[in-house]
Amino acid sequence: MVGYRIGIDVGGTNTDAVILDDRLAVVASVKRPTTRDTGEGVADAIDAVLAASGVDPALVAHAMLGTTHCTNAIVERRGLGRVGILRLGAPATTAVPPLEGWPADLREAIGDHAYLLPGGFEVDGRLLAPLDERAVREACARMRGEVDAVAVVGVFSPIDESQEERVAEIVAEELRVPVSRSARIGSLGLLERENATVLNAALMQTLTRMAGGFVAALRARGIPATPYFGQNDGTLMQLEYALEFPVLTIGCGPTNSIRGAAHLSGATDALVVDIGGTTTDIGVLVDGFPRQSAHAVEIGGIRTNFRMPDVLSVGLGGGTIVRTDGNSVTVGPDSVGYRLPEEGLAFGGSTLTATDIALAVGGAEIEGLTAPDVEAGLGSVAWAAMRAILEDSIDRMKPNAAPVPVILVGGGGIIAPAELEGVSTLIRPDHFGAANAVGAALGEVAGQIEKIYRADPSDRRASRADAAAEATERARLAGADPATIEVVAVEELPVAYSDGTAVLIRARAVGRLAA
Amino acid sequence: MTGAQITEADIDEIALGAAVLGTGGGGDPHVGSLMAKRLIRLHGPVALRAVDDLTDDDFVIPIGGIGAPSVSVERIQAESELLAALSAIERAVGRRPTAVMPIEVGGGNSMIPIATAALAGLPVVDGDAMGRAFPEAQMVTFHLAGYGPGATVMVDHHGNEVVSRPVDGAWSERIARAVTVEMGGGATMIDYAYGGDVVRECAIPGTLTLAKRIGRILRGRDAGGDELRDDERIDALCADLDAVRLFEGKVADLQRAVDGGFTRGAAELDGVGADRGSALRLDFQNEMLLARRDGALAAVTPDLIAVLDLATGMPITTESLRYGARVAVIAIPCHEKWRTPMGLLTAGPAHFGYDVDWIPVEDILRPGKGRDAEGKAA
Repeated sequence: MVGYRIGIDVGGTNTDAVILDDRLAVVASVKRPTTRDTGEGVADAIDAVLAASGVDPALVAHAMLGTTHCTNAIVERRGLGRVGILRLGAPATTAVPPLEGWPADLREAIGDHAYLLPGGFEVDGRLLAPLDERAVREACARMRGEVDAVAVVGVFSPIDESQEERVAEIVAEELRVPVSRSARIGSLGLLERENATVLNAALMQTLTRMAGGFVAALRARGIPATPYFGQNDGTLMQLEYALEFPVLTIGCGPTNSIRGAAHLSGATDALVVDIGGTTTDIGVLVDGFPRQSAHAVEIGGIRTNFRMPDVLSVGLGGGTIVRTDGNSVTVGPDSVGYRLPEEGLAFGGSTLTATDIALAVGGAEIEGLTAPDVEAGLGSVAWAAMRAILEDSIDRMKPNAAPVPVILVGGGGIIAPAELEGVSTLIRPDHFGAANAVGAALGEVAGQIEKIYRADPSDRRASRADAAAEATERARLAGADPATIEVVAVEELPVAYSDGTAVLIRARAVGRLAA
Repeated sequence: MTGAQITEADIDEIALGAAVLGTGGGGDPHVGSLMAKRLIRLHGPVALRAVDDLTDDDFVIPIGGIGAPSVSVERIQAESELLAALSAIERAVGRRPTAVMPIEVGGGNSMIPIATAALAGLPVVDGDAMGRAFPEAQMVTFHLAGYGPGATVMVDHHGNEVVSRPVDGAWSERIARAVTVEMGGGATMIDYAYGGDVVRECAIPGTLTLAKRIGRILRGRDAGGDELRDDERIDALCADLDAVRLFEGKVADLQRAVDGGFTRGAAELDGVGADRGSALRLDFQNEMLLARRDGALAAVTPDLIAVLDLATGMPITTESLRYGARVAVIAIPCHEKWRTPMGLLTAGPAHFGYDVDWIPVEDILRPGKGRDAEGKAA
């Protein structure tokens, strides 16, 4: 039986929750303040959305959580585990040892337990150096009691995982801590993959604690649902998978908003304009998923090789302050933010905001409020400036010159004019304020792999099939219903300065959530 | 660079400037910058020697990495390779190295000489043999002046050393490629090791300090030390370099293929802002080599074409260019040595297979000089 699903998005200011029915229609949505201990805010939001919907907790089959918890743990260096690092790469890679370039406070938070041991592979599959098992056991002996998790990182492990697998076995024998293997975390680029693997290991206990609170909150309310976590590409992972790959939860916030907007509007290719109190965030929806950013992503001052959604953030929101100085009018970039209901002119306050301008020129109406008294010339100049900011930002994110559909979400959306240049249709879906929680609740699950294959061009087909099969298996492990898994992309990239037979293959498979 | 020294604090700015001078190729300086910072921290700042201060007794070692970027970011160099290469060239030539220098200032190879200098306790020369990045071994100012590669050293992480004496740059390139494949797709290399007299004659001077200046501007400080807003940086950079701000646009189409160690392709940009309604086509072979605006020549190798992120000014490589990226394209006049008949023969448009005549970038856009919109000589 397929039941209801509950989606929760923990943002910087608000924790949003929604309940969707089995056809993914929104039954109820609520907003609650985010608490410092995110668990309280989550529990509060679950209570509120259950009350608002009247849904029987026993009929909630899936519960999805999108959370900034892991991101915050890294940024604030709070609640991170101590990590032992085993890099298999000597005699190469000695010029840049592990943790080089990490901020001192983050290094301190995870401890100083890095070992550079013999091992690794060459790009053509030859051994760089054989594994020295005794050296691995000696490193373990020195780390015993000093680390909460171990990261294993081998040179060219995306080509050949065997050494990393063997080392993980040895660590499991020697130490009773979880192990994170780099070939399962990231792609080529040793330092970025190593950094991501170390962060992943450091977050294992962080997310375990957070997830424990989430599961307890569900059970205490009689919700039998399977818990899932949102990841940065807009898909979901099952609890056990998330606990193994906590670092993948980073960056799910903007992704959820874009995916939620897609679902609420039914669009698959559009711009998503999320107008909040302080900023407008614009993302691009391509084939139902967010367009990824082209740049290496820094998290808490460390370079990793994660792809994040490509989002343009500009300083225009419902609370953005509008000022006049002689004949000139400026819009923002500062904002009264969440204090809009006290400080905005229309709300009885004394600050002229973007919302006041929208009300004054008749661009928007808010029930129970009268348009504030704003001099007509000032109103039209400011309204034009707000329009220009939106139109210019939309143009910067458009994939080409043709007019695009725009999906407008977020609480500040009322300040957008009903028509904008370069926009074919402006869609304001129902429940637009909770698009992020809806995005968290949506049910697709993905598996992805990036691996170097060495084969004659005639065997390319077999290599592609192998990569596709592995991506499919990863999607299944992440919780996808095997009958619905589709391989959505297989990309090939030849590797330079090799004998011409090496090829990097990226495959991605997506499936619906298993019932 | 306080006085004539490179400190740990200088490295990020030099690396950023080197990425701009890499004109889309040359490899990401990130790994090299971590290497240089660490070795300076361990062994102290590196003395910077002006090209003009080299004496005939100096023996100057251009050192760098060769190979696929995907290998250099995965199988990072062994520290031992740097000293092993220096020792191999000393044994091969019978002269003791007194300074190192970058063979190319553009990209990752700007950093390896600084790291080597810190480790070996040698000064690094403030100059290089390209003033930018180029894809082939003979595309160096030594070659333009008639000097061959000389004794050439390649070493790897296992301690293998290959010493060769190629008869010219083209042979050096072929031999180095074959050895690089056997060494696992990457190696540390020394070629064009010459005395101070030859380096004074051939090197392009001041390019490390130039890289540092570029990095400093893009990180938001002008020459006077005043803070620059994000949107002022690209203009400040153009003013400082006498560069031309060619185009603002977003990537509308991209073709790219890897072929024998080269990333070849083209990007089509649709204009935004003041360039709305125009299009720019960029052709690249590792580096950005040719820019055509609405079909007419806008800039061409050996002048430098750099693609910068429109919002942040950060340089974008040909490998990281993506559909939809919003960029500014600038063109920087190359050094005079490349504007000679020999320079143009070696690295001009014809060498790369482009059927256009080289015109100094600063003349193309100047009314009454260069070409009109149809590409005809005025």
